[in-house]
Amino acid sequence: MEHIISVMVENKFGALSRVAGLFSGRGFNIDSLSVGPTMDPTVSMMTLVTRGDDRIVEQIIKQLNKLIDVIKVTDLTEGAFVARETVLIKISAKGEDRAEALRITDIFRARVIDSTPTTYTIEITGDTNKIEAIINLLKPLGIKDLVRTGRIAIGREEIKTAVQEKGPDKKRLELK
Amino acid sequence: MTMNGAQIFVESLKKEGVKVIFGLPGGVVLKIFDVLYDYKDPALVLTRHEQGAMHMAEGYAKATGKPGVVLVTSGPGMTNTVTGLADAYMDSVPLVVFTGQVSTSLIGNDAFQEADNVGISRPCTKYNYLVKDVNDLAQTIKEAFYIATTGRPGPVLVDIPKDVSMNQADFNYPEKVYIRGYNPTYEGHKWQIKQAADAILKARRPIFYVGGGTVFSNAFEELKELAELTQIPVDMTLMALGSFPATHPLSLGMLGMHGSYASNMAIHHSDLIMAIGSRFDDRVTGKVSEFAPHAKIIHIDIDPTSIQKIMNVDIPIVGDVKCVLRELNQHLRTSVDGRRKEELKPWWNQIDEWQKKHPLTYKQDKNQKIKPQYLIDRLYQLTRDQSPIVATDVGQHQMWAAQHFKLDHPRTWLTSGGLGTMGFGFPAALGAQRAFPGRLVLAIVGDGSFQMNLQELATAMDYHLPVKIAIVNNGHHGMVRQWQDLFYNSRYSASILSNCPDYVKLADAYGAIGLRATKPDEVDGVIQEALKIDKPVLIDFQVDPQENCYPMIPAGGANNEMILENPPELQKKEKETAGVKKAGNGEKEGVLTA
Repeated sequence: MEHIISVMVENKFGALSRVAGLFSGRGFNIDSLSVGPTMDPTVSMMTLVTRGDDRIVEQIIKQLNKLIDVIKVTDLTEGAFVARETVLIKISAKGEDRAEALRITDIFRARVIDSTPTTYTIEITGDTNKIEAIINLLKPLGIKDLVRTGRIAIGREEIKTAVQEKGPDKKRLELK
Repeated sequence: MTMNGAQIFVESLKKEGVKVIFGLPGGVVLKIFDVLYDYKDPALVLTRHEQGAMHMAEGYAKATGKPGVVLVTSGPGMTNTVTGLADAYMDSVPLVVFTGQVSTSLIGNDAFQEADNVGISRPCTKYNYLVKDVNDLAQTIKEAFYIATTGRPGPVLVDIPKDVSMNQADFNYPEKVYIRGYNPTYEGHKWQIKQAADAILKARRPIFYVGGGTVFSNAFEELKELAELTQIPVDMTLMALGSFPATHPLSLGMLGMHGSYASNMAIHHSDLIMAIGSRFDDRVTGKVSEFAPHAKIIHIDIDPTSIQKIMNVDIPIVGDVKCVLRELNQHLRTSVDGRRKEELKPWWNQIDEWQKKHPLTYKQDKNQKIKPQYLIDRLYQLTRDQSPIVATDVGQHQMWAAQHFKLDHPRTWLTSGGLGTMGFGFPAALGAQRAFPGRLVLAIVGDGSFQMNLQELATAMDYHLPVKIAIVNNGHHGMVRQWQDLFYNSRYSASILSNCPDYVKLADAYGAIGLRATKPDEVDGVIQEALKIDKPVLIDFQVDPQENCYPMIPAGGANNEMILENPPELQKKEKETAGVKKAGNGEKEGVLTA
């Protein structure tokens, strides 16, 4: 089953490679990974899309939690969430195809962000279904290039998401 | 107070109470070595190879419970530590390893002796740091020691560029550390512990499966009390040996691939397993789907990732073994009564039967070559009153030592378990000897393993570390040969070590003492002589080269499917070779019972 996991990490060099290295080192699947800054400059947020049975996903979450640079891990799939992905698609558009391309763009509420006499570059944001649908419709026109951000996701506020936080803080070893 | 990075480094180690640094110098760490030149405390042990320094630090850490500290240079200095890092990471050994790095301005330029130290060490350290600013150095060292020694211990690497060791900064050693992403859980969940206590009281065929975590958390008293309260048999992993007295009537010895018959049968037939700081390693479980098919499982571990990784666990308890057992004992003290012993009687009868059926035995014919088991047994018998620290390498000799050297005291067993690093034993013994100058330290090593780090004989001489090294010399990579015997039609591909050095002369070349025994009746004399010498002694025990180590669970087999002796075709071969050597007829059998 697919899981979307949101990982709050220290904004330090090497944090990304620790997370990526964990997946490669332990043979976990990783479908997409996106990283960006947050409101707190010391913290970055990663959204990971992965697959596996319950035991593997439990291991993935535990192993992520074990990383010292990881502050918090949330399996968004356990609760209600919204996920979006942005795609930039460069298509060839000549003659009558130009009108067809614009119609498709319009139907999906996408935007043309660059145009040359023979191409359009279209920007679309949406869930996976919507993105797959527009890609399928644009394919016959000839897709020259395509870039995806990978999914980002956020838990919905009204329904509580299941949060797997790190263990309680109170029993930390007293230091000299 | 303003200091340069090198001074901050040494003063920080002093604050951490570090007494010994194992290391080897090189270009980018010269400033640090220059500062160390003026210090007696911490003292430097100059090793002959960085891998030697790593295993010495591991031996030091395992024997004392304190973190081992290593200081090496950049590039090859660091890459030579990788095996030690991986070894320490697998076996949860607290180490803080300082590596030199080229100056910050040169990083990434493929400079002389540059390597991506944090990149290389990332998958084999608990955490690692590159210190880019001398102002961060003290804080980083504090954090490194904190991470290495708390939670599930492990190695931490700190990479110090040359300019950082030269630059000036104010020295203020932090009192406390707070790392928001790192909060290990020590106390177990109370309700879960109560559940465990109830399960223990209900079980009819319970067993404790004790691992290395018991050693790291120093839970020896708690474990002993628990076992004696409940009268439950104790199986130990390779890493746990010494954490519960081997001669205690409740001990079944080691379990797993080369564990005793009784310990493996007991865990296979149990109805309740309490895993205490152990991690269901494949050398213990064999075929996971057939491991302990009737058992309910309680699992205590400080590392949540160990739980539910291999086996489905019924009662998981995340916490430090010592804290959890203390709490568990409180429950049991009030609820255990005299009937418990009666209830477990059928279980113990069954275990006794297994113990009698296939004890750990060997046969030593006095006219034949030395049986390695006999040698281990004699080493044990002749040194047991001194409670020696025993270090081993990896292979047949390691398993024989685990089976026949009965350890009654914690932190007296230094071995490489998870990674299985040949060449570990001798330097580990030196590290332990450095920590305990007055104690007897034995290194039981294979001839193959010893040759992987024998250069440290020079270190042993330099620092007067009078380790007694027993080479179980069978002229082979014995465990490889055994597997070839059993699974590859005795085709000895690359397992025969045909050109062995003269170990007596080798010892002599280093200024140490070399001794040799080739016959069973020479064993005692040589051991006694070695024990009298206050110098490193290298003893070449030339043992039966064809001896195999049993019981053995073939890789992927279930724990009740042990091979107990050579299969018929090997027995035939054994008889043929023995017949040639046999001269007299005065047979003498020594049978050792577990």
